[in-house]
Amino acid sequence: MTGFVQTQPIAARTAPLAARYNLFRVLFGDVLSTVSTLAILFAVIALAPKLVSWGMLNGIWTGEGAQCTGVGACWAFLRAKYPFILFGIYPPGQYWRPIALIVIFVGLTLYSLPPKNWKTSTLWAWVIGTVIALALMAGGVFGLEAVPTDSWGGLPVTLILTVLSLGLGFPLAIALALGRQSDLKAVKYICVAVIEGIRGLPLLSLLFIVSILLPLMLPDGLKIDKLLRALVAMTVFSAAYLAEVLRGGLQGLHNGQGEAADALSLSWWSKTRLIILPQAISKVIPPLTNTVVVMVKNTSLVLIVGLYDLLSAGRAALADPAWPAPFAETYGFIALIYFIICFSITRYTHWIERQNLFGVNR
Amino acid sequence: MAFIELNSVNKWYGEYHALRDVTLSVEKGERIVICGPSGSGKSTLIRCINALESHHQGTISVGGTALTSDIKTVEGVRKSVGMVFQSFNLFPHLTILENCTLAPIHVKKMKKAEAEDLAMSLLERVRIGEQALKYPGQLSGGQQQRVAIARALCMQPDVMLFDEPTSALDAEMVKEVLDIMVDLAGSGMTMLCVTHEMGFARQVADRVVFMDAGQIIEMNTPDAFFSAPQHERTRQFLSQILH
Repeated sequence: MTGFVQTQPIAARTAPLAARYNLFRVLFGDVLSTVSTLAILFAVIALAPKLVSWGMLNGIWTGEGAQCTGVGACWAFLRAKYPFILFGIYPPGQYWRPIALIVIFVGLTLYSLPPKNWKTSTLWAWVIGTVIALALMAGGVFGLEAVPTDSWGGLPVTLILTVLSLGLGFPLAIALALGRQSDLKAVKYICVAVIEGIRGLPLLSLLFIVSILLPLMLPDGLKIDKLLRALVAMTVFSAAYLAEVLRGGLQGLHNGQGEAADALSLSWWSKTRLIILPQAISKVIPPLTNTVVVMVKNTSLVLIVGLYDLLSAGRAALADPAWPAPFAETYGFIALIYFIICFSITRYTHWIERQNLFGVNR
Repeated sequence: MAFIELNSVNKWYGEYHALRDVTLSVEKGERIVICGPSGSGKSTLIRCINALESHHQGTISVGGTALTSDIKTVEGVRKSVGMVFQSFNLFPHLTILENCTLAPIHVKKMKKAEAEDLAMSLLERVRIGEQALKYPGQLSGGQQQRVAIARALCMQPDVMLFDEPTSALDAEMVKEVLDIMVDLAGSGMTMLCVTHEMGFARQVADRVVFMDAGQIIEMNTPDAFFSAPQHERTRQFLSQILH
């Protein structure tokens, strides 16, 4: 039989069970899965009672340092010290000011999440909000007591460094990434030198250079604030890394996109802003997220130049001789805050990727 | 002086001599079809006319303006020259309507509402008005290419360049794009089309240009070109593509 003509159309049928996602199959589908499932299950069963008795049953929830004998977790320490860990050596009577900064930053971040709020007015809200938040922290205006940046500490410092180093670093990164692709040789090589120079240095040494060498080189009387110096170092550092991520996006773009914009007589700037950058950025959301999360955690390195970020405020709190220095509890608490920040960022960017902002992905 | 004048245009890619003493003039309202084997320089030729490629020797003028490397001159010429690419090159992050209104708004400084009216009328003309709010990725190849034509027309150009507009399309979609191009030719648009669609050339072209190895080998009316090709290379080419 060589010829064939269909006489009866074939209707779509439901997939058989094995073709669908199945939790049991994932956990116990083959030998390797079964062994790892059982191993993990065993580890949890073995460790859980210890953790529960240390953290819950024998945990000290209230009281003084003397009551923490080391048998259980000293949660009382966190209860007593959390303001210090969160706000460092900021004057205790003025805690509402760092709280205001946190509220402003978190509020602006939440407002900026939905893509429908990505507009120029949001950018201005950030500029104004940041100025107000910093003015509240610094004081000396609105009749507020002046608090020098030396006394700032804890979560506000971490947030300031994160938000400003990424917020200022991103436009700088765009300039560097575009400059690196420029036809003008001078521009190109300056950008390459800046990017590669910074990427060749560990952040620690960059912080040292900016914080310790720079003041030595400046003329007497010209003193740049310590926090500002660290911020400059973190900004150029994040800019160099973000620039390389963006370059990946720019190179991944089909030539035809730029040509089509050229053929429509769009200017270089319109082409870059409306066609090239939106597509390049959307292509590199996963590595951008990675860099952002790394930068959040990198802020903890400023402790080596004497700034009190969240982590160093926690270490300072542990130095109180009235308490038996419960490291695990304190670092666990700080780790939880970092985790909440970083995990929220990754969940958000996953959501953004799924929003299909740029039509059907192609 | 003709609307488009190319005079002894030469271009090299590194050592490779891609266009060799190409001289061609196109009157307003003329329809030119350019054909030839791949690598013969036909795409390079039309890409030089809107300065997507720069030429090294000779002169190109469009609407009386001589093309130089000056960015204002280039942008001025591009405003009057629409282009349709083989791979459509729609902007995937913008809707069909936004693809069409982008240049009128940002180049011609047209008001948004006015640009949208214009875009909708041209999308209707390419019979795709009901898809205006979709994204390019949701459309078939033929539909995307029709949008690309509308997008170019939104700049109200004096001349349209087509660079193998149907070569990336499934066989079933070639006709819907060609129909639009025939319509456009009927409306008096000046057109230069690089294409292998010889039926289209017969139907609408005023002149067919045959290129090989960066040179214009033969140029004639479609009737003369297809029925009595003069050059040996042309006869060889036609015998390969016409069965």
